[in-house]
Amino acid sequence: MATATMTAKKEKSVLWDWLTTVDHKKLAILYLVAGTLFFVKAGVMALFIRIQLMIPENDFMTGQVFNELITMHGTIMLFLAVTPLIFGFMNFAIPLQIGARDVAFPFINALGFWIFFFGGLLLSVSWFFGGAPDAGWTAYVPLSTREFAGSGMDFYALGLQVSGFGTLISAINFIVTIINMRAPGMTMMRMPLFCWTGLVTSILIVFAFTPLAAGLALLMLDRIFSGQFFLPDMGGNAILWAHIFWIFGHPEVYILVLPAFGIISEVVPAFSHKRLFGYTAMVFATIVIAFLSFMVWVHHMFTIGIGPITNSVFALATMTIAVPTGIKIFNWLFTMWGGKLVFNTAMLCAASFVPTFVLGGITGVMLSMAPVDYLYHDTYFVVAHFHYIIVGGIVFGLLAGLYYWYPKMFGHKLNETLGKIMFWSLYIGFHLTFFIQHILGLIGMQRRVYTYLGGQGFDMMNLVSSIGSFVMGAAIVVLVINIVYSAYTSERITVRDPWDARTLEWSTPTPIPEYNFAQTPQVRSLDPWFYEKVHGDGTMKPAEPMGDIHMPNGSILPFMIGLGLFIWGFGMIMLNMDNPIIPPAIVIGVGFVITFGMMVLHSKEDHGYHIPVDEVKKIEKGVG
Amino acid sequence: MADHIDVAQGLPANPEKATLEGKNKFLGMWVFLGGETVMFATFFGTFLGLRKGTVGGPTAEDLFSLPLVFIMTMILLTSSLTSVLGILAMKRNNFKTLRTCMLLTVLLGFGFVGFEVYEFYHYYHEGLGYTTSAFASSFYTLVGLHGCHVLFGLGWIITLLARYWNAGGVTLANAPKFYSASLYWHFIDVVWVFIFTVVYLLSVGGA
Amino acid sequence: MSDEMSKPFPKSAMTEDERYELKRETRIQVISFAFMIGLTIMSFLSVSTETIVTGFAIPFILLLGAVQFFLQLFYFMHLKDKDHGWPNTFFTTGLVLMTPMLIALILLLGVTKW
Ligand code: HEM
Ligand SMILES: [Cu+2]
Repeated sequence: MATATMTAKKEKSVLWDWLTTVDHKKLAILYLVAGTLFFVKAGVMALFIRIQLMIPENDFMTGQVFNELITMHGTIMLFLAVTPLIFGFMNFAIPLQIGARDVAFPFINALGFWIFFFGGLLLSVSWFFGGAPDAGWTAYVPLSTREFAGSGMDFYALGLQVSGFGTLISAINFIVTIINMRAPGMTMMRMPLFCWTGLVTSILIVFAFTPLAAGLALLMLDRIFSGQFFLPDMGGNAILWAHIFWIFGHPEVYILVLPAFGIISEVVPAFSHKRLFGYTAMVFATIVIAFLSFMVWVHHMFTIGIGPITNSVFALATMTIAVPTGIKIFNWLFTMWGGKLVFNTAMLCAASFVPTFVLGGITGVMLSMAPVDYLYHDTYFVVAHFHYIIVGGIVFGLLAGLYYWYPKMFGHKLNETLGKIMFWSLYIGFHLTFFIQHILGLIGMQRRVYTYLGGQGFDMMNLVSSIGSFVMGAAIVVLVINIVYSAYTSERITVRDPWDARTLEWSTPTPIPEYNFAQTPQVRSLDPWFYEKVHGDGTMKPAEPMGDIHMPNGSILPFMIGLGLFIWGFGMIMLNMDNPIIPPAIVIGVGFVITFGMMVLHSKEDHGYHIPVDEVKKIEKGVG
Repeated sequence: MADHIDVAQGLPANPEKATLEGKNKFLGMWVFLGGETVMFATFFGTFLGLRKGTVGGPTAEDLFSLPLVFIMTMILLTSSLTSVLGILAMKRNNFKTLRTCMLLTVLLGFGFVGFEVYEFYHYYHEGLGYTTSAFASSFYTLVGLHGCHVLFGLGWIITLLARYWNAGGVTLANAPKFYSASLYWHFIDVVWVFIFTVVYLLSVGGA
Repeated sequence: MSDEMSKPFPKSAMTEDERYELKRETRIQVISFAFMIGLTIMSFLSVSTETIVTGFAIPFILLLGAVQFFLQLFYFMHLKDKDHGWPNTFFTTGLVLMTPMLIALILLLGVTKW
């Protein structure tokens, strides 16, 4: 076999290695780190918001700053914190769970990360150029148009455009990976549920981020080139934005929550020591939820006044989502029923997810009744609803995933005592913060107001809510301490399967060699690793003989393309600046040339390299 | 990935899908096009929702000249045919024909872009600026976005042609690339079918 | 192996059957192209001549557009082929999901102004 192509692996510096990596396991860590940084940033903003609202008529900050903070908090949390955290786990677990050596497009995978990252950076630098976006994460027109919003909205439109493109191509990569790269015997209906939800989420991204791209393009054209889409005087229509935004926006909430469902469906069976109850029903519930999520967007627009027929149709469609969601809830409960339950931190997070999510779902159904939504809409009741789902559901799901996969990713477990302290303080803090907001909303406190008058019955509840948020903040600090503490003191893990789990990723050695599987495994059943432990000899049967392993080469081009798009986006924003110093056209041109120049460079063929079979054997002996 | 590729045995019947890389590219391209459909649908929806919003400016009936659109349609349809013929030649291991067909596609594509630029220039001088009305903005945005797709497709095919002009033949590495580019090109053509029907004919037809 | 990826092939490995199939395929493509040209001419004519009433011409050109759309997808882009199950799924999903959205934008913005 062609020995000439076995490029000797040069020793690379650590930084260069991370900038050029196309290994899905390393990209997973990059996603987790970037997502955590954005998460902490947006979390601090949330604390500032709660400080402002702690007492009536507070003057901790101005209304303008308050608006900028709520906008950035929501935008960052959804697009730049939770999405990459989800992608981090998907990147790490999906190839391992389907028995693949890598993703379908390693280069695109890296490209997706860097484009997302630079898009997030573009949004974040807005603070230094005339203030952050201030029209809410929904960016409703006319508030966000050239007439009313400052330069922050330019950063919103272009930053999200760039980072959204990164998210889109990563999703395509996941879809193709899951469909084409499965190991022999790993049929669709034998895939772990996390792969299923990953697949469905990626499909949702492909069909929801594209309308968002269109909407953001319209907003950008409005702001920079004076497009007339939203101005009634010019024949435009302000409702257009709301439609496009929510055509994207409702699927988006399921994009975020489905992978959390997936994580729960991995963690609950693992620590109940039982197979997932109703696997097939779970798969179909996932698909039905995904389909319905495209048919309900008008429930965010009930009070706009689109008319009774439209409102009724969409109210009904919204309520039906509760059915597949209910199926899922019962399946998790039945999985735990009669199992040998182990309540470590991962399982605590996963188990507490279920009741919290039910509460969020119930308020969802309440909101879906159009007539009463006139009462709830734009009050703290809605804020409580989506935080029950996003924090109580998604964040707890992500934490469960973190504690569950941590030993496989980093070679040691997180400390359990600190973990439990984190869990309980987060859980209590969360309910303290958000439960009371239901009531605040019902007695009439609007959302997105930067202060309120005393003596309306809001004072005490707002104080309680703010105290709760500090408790949550403390819990996150405990998590960070735990990560550092465990890195120094936790015992190294050398076994493959520290949790006695069920799916394929636990059949790989710890730490995982860069090629994942020396021999592609032969899958014989659902929960293949568990099957081999019970019915086989406890090792996966190989589907192929030992041989040279083909690996892709790293590349700096993804980083450069991301940088190019950043420069291009910044140039576009400069078109609106009063004193841009450098002519914007030059900046745009430079970004354009970098982006497309790198793409042309990429068209050069690069077939990667081979790890010779002897070396594979050596590595396997080392880790075995 | 297929472990041994024996070149002497000859080019497989479907070279674009003979390797795992090829299969991945093929599926990835289709998923991408599925997403593009929804994005274009959003712009179509915007245009259809706003097309009556001319606020006293020029209307579609005043402006659109069907003969020009007809010529553009014919050019783009033909370019789609040449790329089909190119791909069929590729399957027969006939690299020269593939090259020629793709070159023809590129030339036709430039012809199309030329007409489009002329068209926009013409409308602009008839008084339809980008900011004249919601109709103007949404029309230029939709058709212009399609034009940008044509340009991107041209850049793509030209890059491939330049990279492989002297490759000496169809290989398992370049076949999937040509195939993806031609899929993309067809997609542009498909979108145009809707543009000429919904944007031009519908407006001129008085609906 | 990697080197072989960039090596041209001396000949084609197609069997006689496959060769015949490809010939047939070529013929079908050219015929469907001619058919599409015909459809296009028909729709342009039905709008530009005064003889056909608008009430008929509009649905007619929409129908022709739809027919041409399917021809393009299924023949030029090969969606009709057997090994196109997944592509078919994705493209159809896209079409299904965009339908309510198009209807909403056309009816709620274009027809009745809300
Ligand atoms: C049973 C399922 C659900 C139903 C029936 C439901 C229903 C609703 C309704 C009707 C609203 C609009 C309230 C208003 O503005 O008056 C709403 C808002 C919202 N929902 Fe849900 N929802 C459900 C699940 C979810 C999930 C899973 C998520 C997130 C992962 C989510 C996140 C949100 C967000 C972020 C908003 C507020 C958007 C904003 O105005 O900023 N919902 N939900
Ligand atoms: Cu919703």
